[in-house]
Amino acid sequence: MAYVPLADQDHEQELHHPHSWVEKYVWSQDHKVIAIQYGGTAVLVGLVALVLSLLMRMQLGFPETFDLIDPNAYYQSVTMHGMIMVVYMLTALLLGGFGNYMIPLMIGARDMVFPFLNMLSFWFYLLSVLILLASFFVGGGPTGAGWTLYPPQTSMAGTPGHDMGIVLMLVSLAVFIVAFTMGGLNYVTTILQYRTRGMTLMRLPLTVWGIFVATVLGLFAFPALLVSAIMMMFDTLLGTSFFMPAIIESGTPMDYEGGSPILFQHLFWFFGHPEVYIVALPAFGLVSDVLSTHARKNIFGYRMMVWAIIAIGGLSFIVWAHHMYVSGMNPYFGFFFATTTLIIAVPTALKVYNWVLTLWEGDIRLNAPMYFAIGFIFTFIHGGLTGLFLGNVVIDLPLSDTYFVVAHFHMVMGVSPVLVIFAAIYHWFPKVSGRMYHEGLAKAHFWITFLGTYAIYLPMHYLGFLGVPRRYYAIGETDFIPASAQTLNESITIAALIVGAAQLIFIFNILWSLRNGAKADPNPWGSASLEWQTPDTPPVHGNWGDKLPTVYRWAYDYSVPGAKSDFIPQNMAEEDVEMEDSAAKGV
Amino acid sequence: MSLFKQITEKPWERKGIIGGLKPEGTFKSPAERVALNFFLIAASIVFSLFGVSYYIRMELPDWLPIAEPTSLWFNTVLLVLSSVLFQWARNVVGNGGSKNVKLAFFGGGVFAILFIAAQLQTWEELQLTGVYLSSNPAADFYFLLTGLHAIHIAGGLYVWIKCVFRMVTGAEAKEQRLSIELCTVYWHFLLVVWLVIFAVLANT
Repeated sequence: MAYVPLADQDHEQELHHPHSWVEKYVWSQDHKVIAIQYGGTAVLVGLVALVLSLLMRMQLGFPETFDLIDPNAYYQSVTMHGMIMVVYMLTALLLGGFGNYMIPLMIGARDMVFPFLNMLSFWFYLLSVLILLASFFVGGGPTGAGWTLYPPQTSMAGTPGHDMGIVLMLVSLAVFIVAFTMGGLNYVTTILQYRTRGMTLMRLPLTVWGIFVATVLGLFAFPALLVSAIMMMFDTLLGTSFFMPAIIESGTPMDYEGGSPILFQHLFWFFGHPEVYIVALPAFGLVSDVLSTHARKNIFGYRMMVWAIIAIGGLSFIVWAHHMYVSGMNPYFGFFFATTTLIIAVPTALKVYNWVLTLWEGDIRLNAPMYFAIGFIFTFIHGGLTGLFLGNVVIDLPLSDTYFVVAHFHMVMGVSPVLVIFAAIYHWFPKVSGRMYHEGLAKAHFWITFLGTYAIYLPMHYLGFLGVPRRYYAIGETDFIPASAQTLNESITIAALIVGAAQLIFIFNILWSLRNGAKADPNPWGSASLEWQTPDTPPVHGNWGDKLPTVYRWAYDYSVPGAKSDFIPQNMAEEDVEMEDSAAKGV
Repeated sequence: MSLFKQITEKPWERKGIIGGLKPEGTFKSPAERVALNFFLIAASIVFSLFGVSYYIRMELPDWLPIAEPTSLWFNTVLLVLSSVLFQWARNVVGNGGSKNVKLAFFGGGVFAILFIAAQLQTWEELQLTGVYLSSNPAADFYFLLTGLHAIHIAGGLYVWIKCVFRMVTGAEAKEQRLSIELCTVYWHFLLVVWLVIFAVLANT
């Protein structure tokens, strides 16, 4: 391994050195501690959202048996489950958690460019979570307007949480956006400007590329949410009519006139669709690295993978109105968005082919991270294919607002990124904690989660075809829904409860392994990328000891012909590579 | 190496230390400037989306245009002066000098504060003539856009105050070169945003 003396580094970063326990673990400016703070908070708030979904499932599966929630609580659960999972769990965990942990380690930096801002980002995020959760404890409870917060419904008396609930939700989102912007500027600048010597853009692992483009998307898309949240806040608190039309509530006209609810939908989805890729792109990156490492093969088509990430990022800004086909838009408008939506399937499919081709003839190691990564390919293909149905206006119209849509987006942006998160947590756990997780428990966790996912969401597609509407507290008796649909609902609920309980295996495994897991090798998977080459495991403050690493190759030198080891670390110079035949040195 | 060249190279073919021994950023400027540029793009998107919303909302029948107060011209002059003074400080410090840098830099901030005060004064005037928040969508947008713009200036003033504090407590103007440059860029940006907002308000 070749290192460059500290004196030669004219880019050396000044580090903030903590002086006390509180500075080290609470007000920490170390990207690794901040990552764990972000990740831990995201997982905790994600568990709240998981419990909410189980409450909904109990109601849907056994409407007469359990009396856990009333219609208001059902709508509040729908709303909070959706918003927490998309924004406060997935976005925060993938960018705040993995982004923070991985970026400096993978690019060979000591920390983020602006560590103080990074710390502030976490505390603002925590504040936004607390404001959101506070809405459970105010009069009227949290908003029940659905996670899309469509006006005028948000402000109508019939909607739970139409007074304090919605205000807290909007304030919380605004604070979250501030937090994200502080973190996001850090990630982008660090990746662009603080790469170690030899680390060209095209030598970055795909994880960093995914996080980079997702962060740029976030910086450009969250403003739309901010704009709509500000205007809605004005409507709610100050009586303006940006979005609120003239409307009658319980027989009396409300104090609004002339606003445009459709304008809100445009703004919301101008954020909402890129948001899907803010979640998906980091997951694409992480899974690419996990697949390549455990297949002992370089990622297939690295350049295409990078370009596809960029192309998906760009296209994601011109597809938003496919969420609004039923809003009464001009058919030509719908045609345009259907076309762009189908075009975005091209780079996405390209990525899927490349993952599968990475596995082709690989020396596959079937350990837990690989299980989850391969599971992701399945769920993502299924969710992606149903997206082709919904992207077409004529097919979307009858399926809109049915369980088909619920099944589609849960497969493609719910379960898929979550499977990647599990793959990534198991994959990097040895580096983060210095210990191994329990392999058997991890595999049990995989099988229950993976098969359970199908038991939950496959039948939902069928319910959608039957026309079962989503967002209904109870279906009751209808002419077009057969009684057997209820039997399916029961089985879905049972599967959901089992999958929900199975997550306890994961939490137990992680907590138990932190103390009792076998001591991990610094690089147990034989990974080539830089984060596995740190002098200490887990990496200490400053990451690299007194010398920053130098990078000589890309992150995917696996099974290089002629080389003795089946991987060559990124920081190994050509002359240090041991060849099987010493004469063949320098291949 | 151009950005396009960087992302088209074939990493599996090229080994060794590419680009020499010094670690290089993608852009040849300090990290703070790169971060500021990304922030400016995000802020432009915020203002643009408000602009789009303005035009969409304007099409609806209950829109009653308001007569923009003439004092906005005076306020605009204040903001232009603020920008000019920042540019002056930047020019001097950029050429390695330090003469009048502090004066120009302090003056730039003071004129920005005067601008905010003048904008608030204009709000008062409008309210006296019966144009207040929630009276009409055009008025709502007026208060929203000018308020948001003022908040952005206030954010810039936070950085300005920190820099002023460093200068007052003994830092040389030259050491503050980057802060002065970034403040100047930010102020020019907000001047352009203001001119666009003013043009939109005045022409509708």
